[in-house]
Amino acid sequence: MQAPDFIPALRSAVPGVTLLTSREDLLPYGFDGTATLKGKPACAIFPRNTREVSTIIQFAREHRIPVVTRGSGTGLSGGSVPVDRCIVLCLVDMNRILELDTKNLTLMAEPGVLTQRIFDAADAAGLFYPPDPGSMKISTIGGNVAENAGGLRGLKYGVTRNYVMGLEVVLPDGSVVWLGNKCVKDVAGYNLRDLFIGSEGTLGVVTKVLLKLLPKPAARQTLLATYASMDAAAETVSAIIAEKIIPCTLEFLDQRTLRCVEAHASVGLPVEAEALLLIETDGHPDAVADEAARIEAICSRHHAIAVRRAATTEEAVRLATARRSAFSALARMRPTTILEDATVPRSELANMIRFINEAAKRHNVTVATFGHFGDGNLHPTFLTDERDADEMHRVELAMREIFDHTFSLGGTITGEHGVGLAKKAFLPQQLGDASLNLLKAIKRTLDPHGLMNPGKIFDLETPAATGTQSHDA
Amino acid sequence: MTPDPQSKLVKLDYAVLQQCIHCGMCLPTCPTYNETGRERNSPRGRISLMRAIADGELDVTREFGEEMSYCLGCLACVTACPAGVDYATLIETSRAEVERTGVLDKPGRNFIRWFFFRVVFTRPRMLRGLGRLLRFWQRSGAQAWSRKVGLMRLLPRRLRELEPQTPVMCAKFSNALIAPVEKPASGEIRYRVLVLTGCVQDLAFSDVNRATVDVLLANGCEVLTPPTQSCCGSLQIHNGDDDTSRLLARRQLDEVDLSRIDAIISNAGGCGSHLRHYGKLLKDEPKYAERAAEWTRKLRDIHEWLVEIDYRKPRAAPESFGGNVATPLTYQESCHLCHGQKVTRQPREILKSIPGVAYKECAEASWCCGAAGIYSMTQPTTSAWLQERKIGHLGATGARVVASANPGCHLQIQNGFRTRASADPLAEPRVVHPIVLLAEAYAAEKKNSG
Ligand SMILES: Cc1cc2nc3c(=O)[nH]c(=O)nc-3n(C[C@H](O)[C@H](O)[C@H](O)COP(=O)(O)OP(=O)(O)OC[C@H]3O[C@@H](n4cnc5c(N)ncnc54)[C@H](O)[C@@H]3O)c2cc1C
Ligand code: SF4
Ligand code: SF4
Repeated sequence: MQAPDFIPALRSAVPGVTLLTSREDLLPYGFDGTATLKGKPACAIFPRNTREVSTIIQFAREHRIPVVTRGSGTGLSGGSVPVDRCIVLCLVDMNRILELDTKNLTLMAEPGVLTQRIFDAADAAGLFYPPDPGSMKISTIGGNVAENAGGLRGLKYGVTRNYVMGLEVVLPDGSVVWLGNKCVKDVAGYNLRDLFIGSEGTLGVVTKVLLKLLPKPAARQTLLATYASMDAAAETVSAIIAEKIIPCTLEFLDQRTLRCVEAHASVGLPVEAEALLLIETDGHPDAVADEAARIEAICSRHHAIAVRRAATTEEAVRLATARRSAFSALARMRPTTILEDATVPRSELANMIRFINEAAKRHNVTVATFGHFGDGNLHPTFLTDERDADEMHRVELAMREIFDHTFSLGGTITGEHGVGLAKKAFLPQQLGDASLNLLKAIKRTLDPHGLMNPGKIFDLETPAATGTQSHDA
Repeated sequence: MTPDPQSKLVKLDYAVLQQCIHCGMCLPTCPTYNETGRERNSPRGRISLMRAIADGELDVTREFGEEMSYCLGCLACVTACPAGVDYATLIETSRAEVERTGVLDKPGRNFIRWFFFRVVFTRPRMLRGLGRLLRFWQRSGAQAWSRKVGLMRLLPRRLRELEPQTPVMCAKFSNALIAPVEKPASGEIRYRVLVLTGCVQDLAFSDVNRATVDVLLANGCEVLTPPTQSCCGSLQIHNGDDDTSRLLARRQLDEVDLSRIDAIISNAGGCGSHLRHYGKLLKDEPKYAERAAEWTRKLRDIHEWLVEIDYRKPRAAPESFGGNVATPLTYQESCHLCHGQKVTRQPREILKSIPGVAYKECAEASWCCGAAGIYSMTQPTTSAWLQERKIGHLGATGARVVASANPGCHLQIQNGFRTRASADPLAEPRVVHPIVLLAEAYAAEKKNSG
């Protein structure tokens, strides 16, 4: 493979920075965590600081080269899948925690810091960083911000957005802006910080993140409730919320998921159950004890077969860790694992679950479902084989129906994984013309040449935005 | 580009490659990814390269070959992977493909590989002969003399650095310490087992083999130990010589009558991990498939076996503890014992059951120490980095005894402490196989009871 002509110039523009161009080096940057998507970048570059990011972005703009920003490449919507002949801007070398301010309860980090490290650093100081996506041991905080990642504690603590107090961003023209501050309140000007949270690398590159931390909850209790039907589990969730209890975690696993997770983690999950709820309450010890008892009663009232309490903190951590592996563990079943991210108002959960199972049956495809039930966020996961064209077609039909039904319930196609490439085709239906045009107008204003992660979220009618994507089979 | 039909990666069942969904959950546990932060040096990066070859998108290049050598083969990624990716098969196949295509060939390398993999390590008597020579060199003063007069400077740099790391050979190898058949003193025979003595273990740690036999006897096992045993073939398969590895597996099977045996006992993590896979290795050879499957069914790591048969808990502290009732001890996992064989609980259980042990868990206990077979010779820089990291964690536990169940790890840790502790020899903990400690504890019981 011939390296593109701009490489020597780029190399001298940012001396000392790692710049990879060989085939063996680049093939592993051709994909992220999303099934069946890949692309061929021209190079991958690893800046060490904001100045270098800015220089690279200016260079790309001068030479009209698309840039795809990348963290750890665990995204599930194809966000960091490279467009052909782009520069992959990989931020894993910007991995320092810059400041832990225990007076203001904030933490400042570079974008390549792993989510787990942020949690650990806060924890070591007696503080708490709640957002805990399943991928937290490897996802970067920059990737979390860019996808507005959720996690297992979303129900009570919200998502990444709720913890971002400030951002340093390199804009598509190379200029550096700082949005936000350590103040709890701030209404000076538009809230541009929020514009960049969840922008999937299409508006600029996040180079610093200022995060809010909380005091560590004094106590926590984990419960496992097993059910003979998915409906009963779904109804339990609605009942818990209707009784005005907000547990920190309310996770759901169906039988297929549960069996795969157990096969990987051997944590003693009840593999005979149809459905399982993993529930955690945290806070003041008295409140935790009271909530746990009430939750237990509600579970029993809604036909739980058994409710078990984690005996120790270690067991609770083991259970949560096992749950985090659910998506990957499902890959044990079939060659290709396609995960959806449909989210509905919580009152519609039972309805949605039922519909997913019917749709799977109608189209003769296998679906396993798990998800952040407390957030109404489901991950129906198609277990299929990308090399079987007929089956893939049926998967698409079922998926389409599930999305349509999601919309009819007032839901969204993506609760936390982002639109990227995978959900792009469904976005117009959800947003409608007016909203979509507003998005595009913002994009054009900030990135007139369409060079930042082009072709993600939506297509812009500019030349660089038509980077081709191959669906490999 | 079309895939090369002769390629071992093309011939491999595609489902093994497809199993990886590139989720990245294995990345944080991969030592080489931690060292560089580059995807190519990660499990999913390496798998993507293997798949590219199977798909005909990439030729087997020198860079590919080097990448496969850079992988430790520690299998930490296998434990981490929720999707159940069979990385062991993938890396073995890839290394065999690298050798088949010859992208790493160099005259010197080819000679050394041929001499060790195909000549020495397939001939147990020759291996012992070399061991005796080495011992003579170490004991006769020739080693000390040549170090003093600087003869070592004549060696190539790599060899010179390695020379001090060569294990000290035992005076007696396993066959001189263990009778072919030994029966429990109690007279009661609960099980009949076969003990595998290994290669490096046989030459440099024959005491571990003796201890293994002792604890088995103490637990009602009749022990068969053939005096001359073939190499198990793990060295070969981990280094891309799958043909020789199969040859050695067949030879092992020819040498024993499995029907009379309840369990085949391995006490070295690295060998056991491979020995367990004979069933898979020979599944396509009609003459051997069935026996190989039986072999795999009966193979046990010594710790695993002892816990399975509910071994007798020792009642006295090893004499080596010198009467200390709380000797701080930590356990360093051998990669191929914990990741390859999933034996993690049992060695700890055994260690904790020994009187006088104050057990301390070590950070990153399941991380590779950098020994990784011949990795310390092929990738000295990364190996040294891992060794230093490991010694740091082990040191931080304050342990006076470091237990580890693989000869490679044993040497790597011992050498690591030696280099570091040269100023203060007292800071150097004892490195020992868990089973040796258990045997010492049993022996102390007898002494106590007079
Ligand atoms: C097993 C598994 C479990 C998961 N569980 C969850 C979960 O529970 N909740 C959840 O929300 N997600 C989950 N995810 C999805 C994924 O991990 C998150 O989206 C995560 O935030 C991605 O982080 P990353 O560092 O891997 O980013 P990447 O995948 O590399 O990038 C994601 C997107 O962010 C952009 N980007 C990355 N860094 C920057 C930056 N510094 N500035 C601007 N743009 C940037 C990229 O261009 C891309 O569009 C899971 C994924 C896996 C594989
Ligand atoms: S090897 Fe396993 S953990 Fe690693 S990327 Fe592949 S599927 Fe994920
Ligand atoms: S075997 Fe070890 S070094 Fe090789 S990819 Fe797996 S974790 Fe990394």
